[in-house]
Amino acid sequence: MDATLFFNQVIGGLASGAIYGSLALALVMIYRSTGIINFAQGEMAMFSTYIAWQLTEWGVNIGLAALIAIGVAFLAGTAIQSSIIRPVEGADHLTQIMVTLGLFFILNNVAGWQWTFQAQVVPSVFGDEIFAVGDVRITALSIGTVIVLIAEVALLTLLLQKSRIGLAIRGAVDNADSAELVGISVSRMLMVGWGLAAAFGAIAGILVTPRLFLQPNVMFGVLIYSFAAAILGGLDSPIGAIVGGLVVGVTENLASTYIDFVGGDLKIGVALALIVGVLLIKPNGLFGRGEVARV
Amino acid sequence: MGLLDVNDLHAGYGPVSVLHGIDLTVEEGAIVVVLGANGAGKTTTLRTLSGMLSPSRGTIRFDGRPLAGKPATFVRSGIAHVPQGRGTFPQLTVEENLRLGAYSLGRQPYDDDLARWYDFFPRLAERRDQRGGSLSGGEQQMLAVARALMMRPRLLLLDEPSLGLAPTITQNLFELLRQLNEDTGTTMLIVEQNANLALALASYAYVIESGEIVTEGPAETVGADDSIRRAYLGV
Ligand SMILES: Nc1ncnc2c1ncn2[C@@H]1O[C@H](COP(=O)(O)OP(=O)(O)OP(=O)(O)O)[C@@H](O)[C@H]1O
Ligand SMILES: [Mg+2]
Repeated sequence: MDATLFFNQVIGGLASGAIYGSLALALVMIYRSTGIINFAQGEMAMFSTYIAWQLTEWGVNIGLAALIAIGVAFLAGTAIQSSIIRPVEGADHLTQIMVTLGLFFILNNVAGWQWTFQAQVVPSVFGDEIFAVGDVRITALSIGTVIVLIAEVALLTLLLQKSRIGLAIRGAVDNADSAELVGISVSRMLMVGWGLAAAFGAIAGILVTPRLFLQPNVMFGVLIYSFAAAILGGLDSPIGAIVGGLVVGVTENLASTYIDFVGGDLKIGVALALIVGVLLIKPNGLFGRGEVARV
Repeated sequence: MGLLDVNDLHAGYGPVSVLHGIDLTVEEGAIVVVLGANGAGKTTTLRTLSGMLSPSRGTIRFDGRPLAGKPATFVRSGIAHVPQGRGTFPQLTVEENLRLGAYSLGRQPYDDDLARWYDFFPRLAERRDQRGGSLSGGEQQMLAVARALMMRPRLLLLDEPSLGLAPTITQNLFELLRQLNEDTGTTMLIVEQNANLALALASYAYVIESGEIVTEGPAETVGADDSIRRAYLGV
């Protein structure tokens, strides 16, 4: 076995895995706070990435453009929650799925109408440098992507575990009635949750498009991998989402390199096989936990 | 005029109206009990008094001022509600439960309160890092009460604090409530099925039936009236 090829594939896999993890984190945040699977998470990320790209076209530096797009994504996430998600809170799952699918198509079509389906090049926030360690090549983008993911998890953990608003968010998710009774506005906490998830999605989109090119359908495949990551991690565990993302990314790369019939075309099948496999063997995922409750 | 004055209160769930004109008054520093059969509207009354349910008619005056709006408004005015059943945060630790109790205090320091209620409920102090949901029923009830006290309430609403507790634990809890009322002067409005214990603790009692107050009076009088006991209290 060629060690260089192997390491190159693992490193490439970790970099894409970090992106899947980032989007999976967004899925998990929404699922934990509202029980909704947000099928539009990828399209929200795609739309935010277009905003960043549009700003660079207008001459804004990509770093600044990314920050602005992430901020806009946060605000848009809160607006989406309060306008179209809040009315279906507590509705049955099918209704909620229809709403997020509707949002999916709206964002997809509006992006296509506004920016066409022609692929655009989004500059890398971390530049185009490539480092070589022996024969193994690592791009600055890969390193940056992994660092950003670690920073995201650290920030999210700090926010949720150490801050007053984080405690309030966890309380609102745990028992909405009791949260209201201590003076927490549960709907405001859910808005913040959607805002954060949208911001994480935007980060994933901005980091993945220098490699995949930006067009309205770009996040579709990424979303499937992220679902696989979230399910692998257990859907309600942030750490699980990250570990799941990295596992999916590396598996996908190694499978397409070493299993002949998989190749580039069947890569997405690997993600789907992972989803089905996990659901069959361990329905709660690797890190999912049962509720602690005494009856 | 009392600390809490409720006038002609009507409330319900969607098309179902449950309360048909409740009038009640709770004097500052008093312990008042609301008795009544299952389904009489006791929980509905308390939910309206903490803003969880909006009245369709009638007024709530607290400390002389009309009170309406979201639960957060009621909390900020000083009304703490311990709901029926386990009103805790099962996935959060005991300490986090208590810290959330102080949420409405904003950035005011509350470590002294924490120490004080740990002192008052030593069981909670021993279990401060355990998840709320892993406590026994009695411990969870104490946690719910302590969490309500963290918001420094002027009025404590308690919905069947004895529910699911063993008799000795219930007695302990009621003894704690009495002590609390003596030490801090916290006003209490208690809904309770255990009529004897509740009447012994309270100074004034209301009996509610089908969403209306049918009897009221000093706790001793209500407790001594055999016809009331047979008709409404099932004791
Ligand atoms: N969420 C709800 N939706 C519709 N009706 C309700 C709801 N909650 C209570 N009710 C109805 O309102 C009436 C009063 O209920 P409530 O819970 O206030 O009674 P309660 O006096 O607290 O009884 P218990 O002693 O059993 O706790 C009942 O007839 C009940 O069926
Ligand atoms: Mg009740």
